[in-house]
Amino acid sequence: METPSTPIIRMERIQKIYDTGKIKVEALTGIDLSIHKGEFVAVVGPSGSGKSTLMNLIGCLDTPTDGEYHLGGEAVAGLSRDGLADVRNRRIGFVFQNFNLLSQISAFENVEMPLVFGGRKVRERRERVRELLERVGLGDRMEHKPTELSGGQMQRVAIARALAMEPDVVLADEPTGNLDTGSGGDIMSLFSELWAQGRTLVVITHDMSLARRAGRIVEMRDGRIIADGAAAA
Amino acid sequence: MKTAPSVVLHLFLQTARLKKKRAILTIASIAWGTVTILLLLAFGQGLSDQMRKNEQGMGRNISILWSGQMSKPYNGMPAGRTLAFADDDAAWVQERMGGFATVIGEIQKGRVPLAYGKKTVNGHVVGVEPPYRQWRNEVPVPGGRFIDALDFQRRRRVIFLGDKVAKDIFGAEDPVGKTLLVNRSPFLVVGVLEHRIQDSSYMGPDENQTFIPLTTFEAMFGRQNLDNLVLGVPEAARMPAALDRLRHLLGRKHGFDPTDNRAIFVWNTVEDNKESAAIFLGLELFLGIVGALTLIVGGVGVANIMFAVVKERTREIGVKMAIGARPRWITGPFILEASLYTFLGGLTGIVISLVIVTLLGLIPLDSSEVMGYLGHPHISIPIGVATTAILGMIGLLAGYFPARRAAGIDPAETLRYE
Repeated sequence: METPSTPIIRMERIQKIYDTGKIKVEALTGIDLSIHKGEFVAVVGPSGSGKSTLMNLIGCLDTPTDGEYHLGGEAVAGLSRDGLADVRNRRIGFVFQNFNLLSQISAFENVEMPLVFGGRKVRERRERVRELLERVGLGDRMEHKPTELSGGQMQRVAIARALAMEPDVVLADEPTGNLDTGSGGDIMSLFSELWAQGRTLVVITHDMSLARRAGRIVEMRDGRIIADGAAAA
Repeated sequence: MKTAPSVVLHLFLQTARLKKKRAILTIASIAWGTVTILLLLAFGQGLSDQMRKNEQGMGRNISILWSGQMSKPYNGMPAGRTLAFADDDAAWVQERMGGFATVIGEIQKGRVPLAYGKKTVNGHVVGVEPPYRQWRNEVPVPGGRFIDALDFQRRRRVIFLGDKVAKDIFGAEDPVGKTLLVNRSPFLVVGVLEHRIQDSSYMGPDENQTFIPLTTFEAMFGRQNLDNLVLGVPEAARMPAALDRLRHLLGRKHGFDPTDNRAIFVWNTVEDNKESAAIFLGLELFLGIVGALTLIVGGVGVANIMFAVVKERTREIGVKMAIGARPRWITGPFILEASLYTFLGGLTGIVISLVIVTLLGLIPLDSSEVMGYLGHPHISIPIGVATTAILGMIGLLAGYFPARRAAGIDPAETLRYE
């Protein structure tokens, strides 16, 4: 089991090379990163610095070329495809810049999906989804399809979905990138609330006003971490 | 813990509910493909069965033999002599052939007045031996019978009518049991020919003939030479040997060279059948090729639908993977979808085909010339099942492989897919 000293995320010498055949792009060049339970980490850096690649690796959406990655004390490299799917289901909650909701099913069904994959019973799912959507302020929009919602509302549905399985870490990739200032602000406040409730958050952002809400800022450039420290309040 | 079947079912029902139109389209195209092929082959089979039946309307595995003029000298006798079958030739040869083949003698006379009531027509009367019924396929309308052995033995004045003649004389009346005057002698009508299509004949179709016992014929019109013989064999392959034996036997009896092809003219219907068997084979091959091409067209249609489905869902697959779907839960709904749609489509197709064929079956074959040749199509359920299975398998593969590939790569890549 995890003791307070064991980080939830522990990356050592993580390397990621995209090999397109003609050219090799080294997206990450030996990343060492540990994140502990309850941290709110903002990853910042210019585009092409490797932020998104890092997030995909943390979320097990992609596999590193080299290096070791332990998630919740478990070596990810040894997992089967089903094992990886289960890790994504239970340990990680994703929030994407473009929401990535399934557009043809309702907000309710979108939030329900990770619970379906997690094998939860129908009644439990129903209660949980209602509770989550109410918490993000969409209790009256449950049967709406994503296309019938505003950007801010879609992102709140996505956050509710990310929280459905009570994951160890919530990963967000530019969560306010596609939103106007107003709804972006709402989302930022929601993240602050989640942190206050003791959740572990890793947020990739360009937006310094969001990054400043985090407890720790990791700055990247050219595939490496160039600064890592407490956010200046 | 999680049970994969329930997850797959949940995902399937979710998509099925959203994509009703596509489901209906897929089911419809599988059904259409099945109907097309089933009907194509059913009509082909019906046509070919009916043609075979029509062709054998005159009888199966028979040869008709006429006497000719000898072209070769034999035993010191010159060529050019005319052969005439004696009235005992059939019986004489039959005695020596045993069970190897059946030989039947036949005598005809045209323009014989047939009178019933006030109606008189000129008829064609044929004197036959009882086995004629079997070999020349003279099936009576139920309630009647053909000339039998006792009629023959006792030279009874009984007559069997071709259906057309019967109609000409008796109209709507049932001729069986009525007395018909044949050349002013009263004859009892014992039966009427059941209507059949007869593709070939040598003295006009049987529907225009009337049949009486050969013995009665001889007594009434004076003993005559047989006009022709009918030779029947139990299996087609025996025909050449039977003809050969018959030539030798008659050559001995009448004094001609058995290798003299002009002494006896032979119409071997088995040879005709061989030729048309090749035509039927060609027809079946042709239908098979058309069927296979149709199947490919249908398969491409189904494959296209399934392939498009996976394409449009690639991003969706990435999202589902990101939130924890196992690969099997991605491919499972596609398999379920393809199997269910195939089952429903195939069932629909088979039912529609059966309904069409059943409706066609209600039209009597003798209602028109066309129906007489078209016959009744037969639906082959195994072919229906095979057709459906092939279409379904194509759809399944077209959906399953892209889905499996999409589920097999890292979601980071699938999520980038637009």
